[in-house]
Amino acid sequence: MQMRIAMFFSLQLIASRGLSPHADWLPASEWVRYAAQNLICLLALHFNQTGTSMFAPQATSSRSIFGLSMLVLSICAVIFLIVSSLLLYTLIRYRHRRGFTQREPAQIYGSTQVELSWTVIPILIVIVLFLATARVIFVTETAAKPSNALDVVVIGHQYWWEYRYPKLGVVTANELHIPVSDPTHPAPTYLTMSSADTDHSFWVPRLAGKMDVIPNKVNTMWIDPDKPGLYLGQCGQYCGTQHAKMLIRIYADSPTDFAAWIAQQRQTAAQNPAAANGRAVFESNACVNCHTVSGTSARGTFGPDLSHVASRATIASGAVPNTPQNLRAFIDDPAHFKPGALMPAMRLNARDLDAVTQYLTTLH
Amino acid sequence: MATQTQVKPDPQLQSRRGTFDVLQDWVTTVDHKKIGLMYIAYALIFLVVAGIEALLIRIQLAIPNNTFVSPQTFNRLFTMHGTTMVFFVGMPILFGFGNYLVPLMIGARDMAFPRLNAFSFWISAFGGILLYCSYLSGFGLYGAGTAPDVGWFAYAPLTARVFSPGHSTDYWTLSILISGIGSIGTALNIVATALCMRCPGMKLGRMPLLVWLYLVTSGLVFVTISPLTAAQIMLCIDRYLGGHFFDTQAGGSAVLWMHFFWIFGHPEVYILVLPAFAFANEIIPVFSRKAIFGYPAMVSASVGIGFISLSVWAHHMFTVGMGPGPNAFFTFSTMVISVPTGIKIFNWLATLWGGNIHFTTSMKFAIAFLFQFLIAGLTGIMLSVSPFDWQLGNSYFVVAHFHYVLVGAILTMIFSAFYYWYPKMSGRMLSEKLGNWHFWLFVIGFHLTFDFMHIPGMLGMPRRIYTYEADRGWALLNQIVSSGAVFQAVATLIFVWNLVASYFKGEKAGPDPWDAWTLEWSTSSPPPSYNFATIPTVESRRPLWDRKHPEEPDELFE
Repeated sequence: MQMRIAMFFSLQLIASRGLSPHADWLPASEWVRYAAQNLICLLALHFNQTGTSMFAPQATSSRSIFGLSMLVLSICAVIFLIVSSLLLYTLIRYRHRRGFTQREPAQIYGSTQVELSWTVIPILIVIVLFLATARVIFVTETAAKPSNALDVVVIGHQYWWEYRYPKLGVVTANELHIPVSDPTHPAPTYLTMSSADTDHSFWVPRLAGKMDVIPNKVNTMWIDPDKPGLYLGQCGQYCGTQHAKMLIRIYADSPTDFAAWIAQQRQTAAQNPAAANGRAVFESNACVNCHTVSGTSARGTFGPDLSHVASRATIASGAVPNTPQNLRAFIDDPAHFKPGALMPAMRLNARDLDAVTQYLTTLH
Repeated sequence: MATQTQVKPDPQLQSRRGTFDVLQDWVTTVDHKKIGLMYIAYALIFLVVAGIEALLIRIQLAIPNNTFVSPQTFNRLFTMHGTTMVFFVGMPILFGFGNYLVPLMIGARDMAFPRLNAFSFWISAFGGILLYCSYLSGFGLYGAGTAPDVGWFAYAPLTARVFSPGHSTDYWTLSILISGIGSIGTALNIVATALCMRCPGMKLGRMPLLVWLYLVTSGLVFVTISPLTAAQIMLCIDRYLGGHFFDTQAGGSAVLWMHFFWIFGHPEVYILVLPAFAFANEIIPVFSRKAIFGYPAMVSASVGIGFISLSVWAHHMFTVGMGPGPNAFFTFSTMVISVPTGIKIFNWLATLWGGNIHFTTSMKFAIAFLFQFLIAGLTGIMLSVSPFDWQLGNSYFVVAHFHYVLVGAILTMIFSAFYYWYPKMSGRMLSEKLGNWHFWLFVIGFHLTFDFMHIPGMLGMPRRIYTYEADRGWALLNQIVSSGAVFQAVATLIFVWNLVASYFKGEKAGPDPWDAWTLEWSTSSPPPSYNFATIPTVESRRPLWDRKHPEEPDELFE
């Protein structure tokens, strides 16, 4: 609760940055804007515990979108208040009353001045809105890439995400680790994205707007979370049966944590002698056609890289926690958690199933 | 005496025709009124079907991780719901009203091409039935039948045979291709009728606004159904003749499909909403007892919307990586369309101002339309701001926005039109008491559903997910949204009951129950098959006003 209140105030601070520090009083439009911001922040905090709200931005891009949204929301709120109160007033003032004379009211056919005014004023509003929008579009989409930026290749697959760090030699799935970006020394992560099959969309609301992940097309976006933590999102474009469970988890690590994580991921997969039996089952079954485990004969690329699967908090693209029970149930029949997942039910006998599960839990 | 009875057939004898005769009469008719009524009946049947699909969707989403329907079934439900509502409810119901009203309002005896009219209706109807045949045989002989599950805009390459085996997608693409032919036929007919069949004295500048708007809508149908049809043909070539237009594995382009679809898809929204504006233009003045404010501005705003709407399609694609230039352009063109739309809202407001507003059920729906369309327009402006759309495109915010347009504006205005023109079509009034229940239940349900639907979108809920995680804080909101659907369903049942019951027991309407001003009210209710015994001659925009108020005829103010 305390954290939520603290978040609320920090949000307010961000939201009210636009206010003039010199003014003792605020113009009415600013008050409306202020009230709208508070209302939305409260709503966002009330309904959202884990943070997929665009109103709790934690990175440069999402924050500039947040600011622009506030401007647009306040303009729209003002227009709504004015027009709807006019409408309400008209309906009450000019309603038909019983016992009224049956004469028709005066017929008015139009007025050039009045009509001109409600043509010109909206045009002015449109121009203001467009200029504010164009600024954010160009700032976001034409930002220069700093030399210390981290490159990650994102590949959308039917119902899971593949992440490749080409310069660091790391391949992982579903859980993206990136370094936190200090606003004074920005270290953004640049995502180069494409799809292996159908259209997907990469959407982590607290970090940036979504960007579609389309086959035979390369898109880019950048994110720079300035606070360590877990940022959630999910696929934003209908991509097939299991679109709903194609979840995204981004861990923003401190620089030391990130370096440690990279070092661990670069190692060849663990070869625990206690799990040799499970490894044999894994390598002698169809698992190797789709999955990679470094240092073994498993070099498939259709499914997630499993070299360090035990280091991940979740399996099935974030659908369930990575516990031995869940892992076993998933290998037995992926449809148990994700009906429509492309991995076939392996139908291993209980002993092999236990052995493979145990093997995978050793792949830290 | 004996010769007289021979000349005048006994009306009782006539009403005792066999079922086959009645059926033959309807199937072979080329009367624009009967075709219009068939369009409307056909759309109402599909409205109920697609409404049931919506209810199933809402039951599934009422609680997180629900297993009421499987993911496959859910995906079929939203695909069928969207496709049905757009192509087999929205289009036919609006064409139905257009068919019925356009000739009557311009003092003509039928459409320009009556046989083309019948052809268009039957081919559209066949399209809708074909789509639902997919439930019987979509997947082929081995599995049970399945409906298409690619979404109503069916993005490539999900529609390729690799990702969509079987025939369900073929049903989708062929039914849209076929019904598109019908739409083009009717659009052509309406354009020809409005331009060539006006009665003496009805200059273009005196044409009722409803006919003007149908003219613009039909023009849009011409321009936009063609790329849609082209896209469907390309898709068929991809699927069966080894084409690679959208086959990304072979160098095709997924984005190409998006462009083809949305150059149709966005004007389609205006194809549906302009007729709703058309109804408002007729109904609001009559129940305010005032002439429409700013007729020339209304006409130019409608024509303007028609043109601008052809330049906004890629605002559906702000997130596909078009680059900053196109994003800025489509942001601007989309914002600009709010100017003529705003003019319309203000002109309706000015029509109400100084009037003598009668709150009939029809008018209450029209007023609800004004409020709801205002909100729909404002959320539209928000989404035109492309960075805002980067966050909320394809989220439940967008779902709420376009349902606000389609249900809050268009369907609400269609209900209004039913209460207004049902007396003309059937000769009997709809029950105002049932109408009152219908109105309040529907409005309450609508706002419960679609006001609250905006919020999960802002909290990160994407559309088209068959279930959602329990820890995201979307559950309560989705429950409220689902509860509103129940109200809307009950309201719609009351409405259908009202339509049926009033046909038999409703108060007799007489030719002009609303004391209105356009030509359809100068003939009997329902009108004879030839519409007008003598073709009327008009002097102004409101011919019946002139007859009722010879002391201050409308023509003086044109």
